[in-house]
Amino acid sequence: MAIWLTKDSKVIVQGMTGSEGSKHTRRMLAAGTNVVGGVNPRKAGQKVDFDGTELPVFASVADAMAETGADVTVIFVPPQFTKAAVVEAIDAAIPLAVVITEGVPVHDTAAFWAYNLAQGERTRIIGPNCPGIASPGASNAGIIPADITGSGRIGLVSKSGTLTYQMMYELRDIGFSTCVGIGGDPIIGTTHIDALKAFEADPETDAIVMIGEIGGDAEERAAEFIKANVTKPVVGYIAGFTAPPGKTMGHAGAIISGSAGTAEAKQAALEAVGVKVGKTPTETAKLMREIMSGN
Amino acid sequence: MDLYEYQGRDLFERHGLPVLAGGVATTPEEARAIAERLGGRVVVKAQVKVGGRGKAGGVKLAEGPDEAVARATDILGMDIKGHTVHKVMITVTADVAEEYYFSYLLDRANRTFLCIASVAGGMDIEQVAAETPDRVVKAPIDANVGVDEAKAREIVSAAGFPAEVADQVVEVAVGLWQAFVAEDATLVEVNPLAKNGDGRMLLLDAKITLDENAAFRHPDHEALVDQASVDPLEQAAKEKDLNYVKLDGEVGIIGNGAGLVMSTLDVVAYAGERHGNVKPANFLDIGGGASAAVMANGLEIVLSDPSVKSVFVNVFGGITACDAVANGIVQALALLEQRGEKVTKPLVVRLDGNNAEAGRAILDDANNPLIQRVDTMDGAAERAAELAAAGV
Repeated sequence: MAIWLTKDSKVIVQGMTGSEGSKHTRRMLAAGTNVVGGVNPRKAGQKVDFDGTELPVFASVADAMAETGADVTVIFVPPQFTKAAVVEAIDAAIPLAVVITEGVPVHDTAAFWAYNLAQGERTRIIGPNCPGIASPGASNAGIIPADITGSGRIGLVSKSGTLTYQMMYELRDIGFSTCVGIGGDPIIGTTHIDALKAFEADPETDAIVMIGEIGGDAEERAAEFIKANVTKPVVGYIAGFTAPPGKTMGHAGAIISGSAGTAEAKQAALEAVGVKVGKTPTETAKLMREIMSGN
Repeated sequence: MDLYEYQGRDLFERHGLPVLAGGVATTPEEARAIAERLGGRVVVKAQVKVGGRGKAGGVKLAEGPDEAVARATDILGMDIKGHTVHKVMITVTADVAEEYYFSYLLDRANRTFLCIASVAGGMDIEQVAAETPDRVVKAPIDANVGVDEAKAREIVSAAGFPAEVADQVVEVAVGLWQAFVAEDATLVEVNPLAKNGDGRMLLLDAKITLDENAAFRHPDHEALVDQASVDPLEQAAKEKDLNYVKLDGEVGIIGNGAGLVMSTLDVVAYAGERHGNVKPANFLDIGGGASAAVMANGLEIVLSDPSVKSVFVNVFGGITACDAVANGIVQALALLEQRGEKVTKPLVVRLDGNNAEAGRAILDDANNPLIQRVDTMDGAAERAAELAAAGV
């Protein structure tokens, strides 16, 4: 059954008619995802053809859900409009909103996150600035390339897109239950802990790879959570050992402030709770391979 | 983006918050003009984005314009913890009776904003919090509710501000929140927030960080970038829309995706430990669609760094196809030759993922002696470090 996204998930795309949205809608369909429509108030009622699959455009997320039974939305709208798009998804109480958009102002993310809490957290938000979520062989919501790996029993949670792909590739012969890219922004809707909790509860996941990077203390908090709540083996990787303090390394959240947020501190926190941390992505994959072959 | 103190002072002033009259000077003569305008005794303060400038001699009193010129002459060009002073701020003096602390910041862990307030100001707030935690109030702020008068009063009361300043601090707290939101800041810190001898509140220092993701709704923020302190290579990269950070090392790095590039830096540094201790020379993320033009721009920036001895191009083809990247590399080298840039430094290229085989074949067929193909990330990092060590 994987976590959060299964073959039964019905996916809509906010921003489906834009260039990124249409490109990735085509890719999601090709990966076997059950995409059931898009949202664009100015094009409501139209149909868009994706290599023979006609998808309807709805005026709102609520309309799309009422008509199609959609339970996942993938959001590709530009940063200026992302907050409004996520608020609309929250208002419609869609169970899962995957926010791909990069460059969302953190005040906007803080606002839609607070709004989601105020509405009783009916919507799980993944992202922003993330590659999305893929349950190989079942469904793909976002921009993670579907053909890197097949389904298997490893769960993967990562702040970084390309490191996610790299890890999926390294372990493609074993395969993954679900891969979640939670994004590298300072405020994100789904954390390492949320994913660890879900993987721990998922009967189709045997072991977990957790990829973190410099900045914040999410990995340290994840370590505490693992100690208290996770019985499945976890392997970790942290990027950014050589990053200089005070410089933002690509991701808005990847910055070392003073002595906080260093890769060393994150590695130490994980190792202290028994998580094996690889020095390189390849070594991390090797550690996971050893665990899976011992099963 | 972190602002200088004088930029923070200006920003506070624009938002109607009480600050000292002042101005910024890059030369002693400009300092004189400001001191003349302000009249009387002034303070000359080095503008550097690092703490401890007072102890380093970067803050001086001056009795009138002539002394302001002398103090500015002393301070301009001074080195404070590796930061050269290019600007000084001149303000009138304050008659400080009490010092408090007030800030708003992003609280990543709790996914909200936080107000930190203390009646123990003028000191390092982290130290105050460690030694006397009961003197520091941390209040979460709901992003959709913000800080109105009632919320501000709650904070002021919890922090134990004296009754005679409470109304004024409430006003500052509300005004500061409005500035925090209006400017898309992730930090506004006032330390000290001072009570002047006449009982008025003054924001005596300003530490502000602005969210670069919000630049699209703040065209005025562009002017706050300090061009003088921007690394010329970083500036050139920015003009080409490349995400580049200059580092001190010998192995140039080009990759796709921030996480993979960060990881590449680490892997190269580990390999460097075995090869003359060479280190990564930069962070450069060329993003998802690595066209030949983008690759050429990236290579041009990386190769123009004189400390670079070898370049490691590390690409995992996710959405990007490796054959397109390989074509990009080959064309980029040709393009650089056309631009008159003689490329002499070796390139180690690792391609994996989408269409990797086709990409590798393109590199092999190009038969360019500068290009070395290594198919694993760890192996390629090793080779790039080895070549850099040999070229140093």
